[in-house]
Amino acid sequence: MKNLRMPLFLLALLGSLAFAEDLEFSAADTAWMLVATGLVLLMTPALAFFYGGLVRSKNALNTMMMSFSALGFVAVAWALLGYSLALSGEGNFIGDLRYLFLNNVGLENKGAIADISIPHMLWMIFQGTFAIITAALISGAVVERMRFPAFLLFITLWSLFVYAPLAKWVWGGGFLADLGAWDFAGGTVVHINSGMAALAAALVLGARKDFGRQAILPHNVPFVLLGAALLWFGWFGFNAGSAWAASATAGLALTNTILAPAATVVAWSLIDLRRTGRVTAVGLATAIVVGLVVITPAAAFVSPLFALAMGAIGAFPSYYVLLWRARSSLDDSLDVFAVHGVGGITGAILTGVFAQESVNGLFNGLIAGNPAQVLIQAFAALIAVVFSLTVTFVLLKLVGAITPLKATLKEEGVGMDITQHGEEAYTSGEGAILVRSETPMPVARPKPAGGTD
Amino acid sequence: MKLIVAIIRSEKLNDVLEALFKAEVRGLSISRIQGHGGEMEQVETYRGTTVKMELSEKVRLEIGVSDHFVEPTVQAIMEGARTGEVGDGKIFVLPVEKVYRIRTGEQDTAAVTPVS
Repeated sequence: MKNLRMPLFLLALLGSLAFAEDLEFSAADTAWMLVATGLVLLMTPALAFFYGGLVRSKNALNTMMMSFSALGFVAVAWALLGYSLALSGEGNFIGDLRYLFLNNVGLENKGAIADISIPHMLWMIFQGTFAIITAALISGAVVERMRFPAFLLFITLWSLFVYAPLAKWVWGGGFLADLGAWDFAGGTVVHINSGMAALAAALVLGARKDFGRQAILPHNVPFVLLGAALLWFGWFGFNAGSAWAASATAGLALTNTILAPAATVVAWSLIDLRRTGRVTAVGLATAIVVGLVVITPAAAFVSPLFALAMGAIGAFPSYYVLLWRARSSLDDSLDVFAVHGVGGITGAILTGVFAQESVNGLFNGLIAGNPAQVLIQAFAALIAVVFSLTVTFVLLKLVGAITPLKATLKEEGVGMDITQHGEEAYTSGEGAILVRSETPMPVARPKPAGGTD
Repeated sequence: MKLIVAIIRSEKLNDVLEALFKAEVRGLSISRIQGHGGEMEQVETYRGTTVKMELSEKVRLEIGVSDHFVEPTVQAIMEGARTGEVGDGKIFVLPVEKVYRIRTGEQDTAAVTPVS
């Protein structure tokens, strides 16, 4: 995804003189976008593994369910209303209702707010996968304590009232696009947005009862690595798919999506090595995500060499914010703010530094003699920060007025899997007695002599 | 000397360890066990199959102490493990015939005195 000027650039690249409103339908572009949509959708279950591995075993299912439920609730909200609010109409702030309930969303490559060579419907659902992952990302800040029903209500409303407007401003021809801020695949809409919403959510919810009192360790680090691997894989659809075409632009975006996280992994490992003498697995998995976040707004705007530079530089702010956060009283449990918020801001600003017109055909950054672009990028990031923080804060207060946000201390102690879902991630089945009907069976309780109560 | 065996809620382990540490009780073993103590069964559902979990996860502590440490140890466990609801657990105090410290061959009270 990018701003609306992008299709003009694609045309220029193809040497076509056609009008911007009249892209030819392309089977090749459609084929790639079918795949890319599946790839972006995979990022949400990937995130479930990434987050699920980082929490304690008694909360593993609950954490994974927060991502998985976004696949349902946010997708439905997107189809019924969110898409229309985000990507329709001439307004600068919010869309209209022309695509309500998917009215007027057809299989032609016409009728969408942007100029596309693929079916409008495919474009709608490709965009929907972004809304899903963005809402799921916030869950990292509230794991191990937020009541599940409250979470469901929160992400559904959030996708409509925070995600959709911001998507409109950046991608739907809104005022941030008019300002000249560039965001190729969603650094602002997805990452700054979810990172700030996470910060607001952590502040409203408050800390877990054990936070700062005892060590809370990841229960399955291989899950974290698996999640990072699948996120990286899915991100090819996220970034290269944001070209909306099987094009040279997509090739550049995919190259940068490999190189930038690679550089972040190297930089992160070296910082780790210098600071503690050891390279950590959780650190490396985090570095991959930070690199992906940083390159997202710039994926097809910078040369591969500058993508390496962005990845390496991007490691530093997130690494040190993460260190600070762990010692602070802020229980953003899985560091969504440090990774997506700080990484997103770094990426947005570095896009204004390293962009070159000779690469992207659109605009220059600082390095190519246009320092003003850095300020424009920073200003757009600042607006996203303020908007996401305040509206998420208010939204959570509203949800909290309807239903309690936080589980009780006892529920938190027993674990969210059992108290919220009535299931366990790792159960031996010992002592489990089958219940055949609603009325409890007269079962003999195992009560050995000298039992514990 | 006595052997104190305590069965507590898993989620209270940290509070108990904290209380024991404050009471200067050092040297203990824990094991994860399953047990049943008359508390309400937990009901879980897996794809339409509803089960009652009759056994719940508990932690067993074993602490060998000299006689004058029995009371502080028991108090610390009581304080750390109590929630006031059924299922908080039990503390057993058992007589001990002989204790050896393997490293030095020290016996009895000398063997359960923490190395400072």
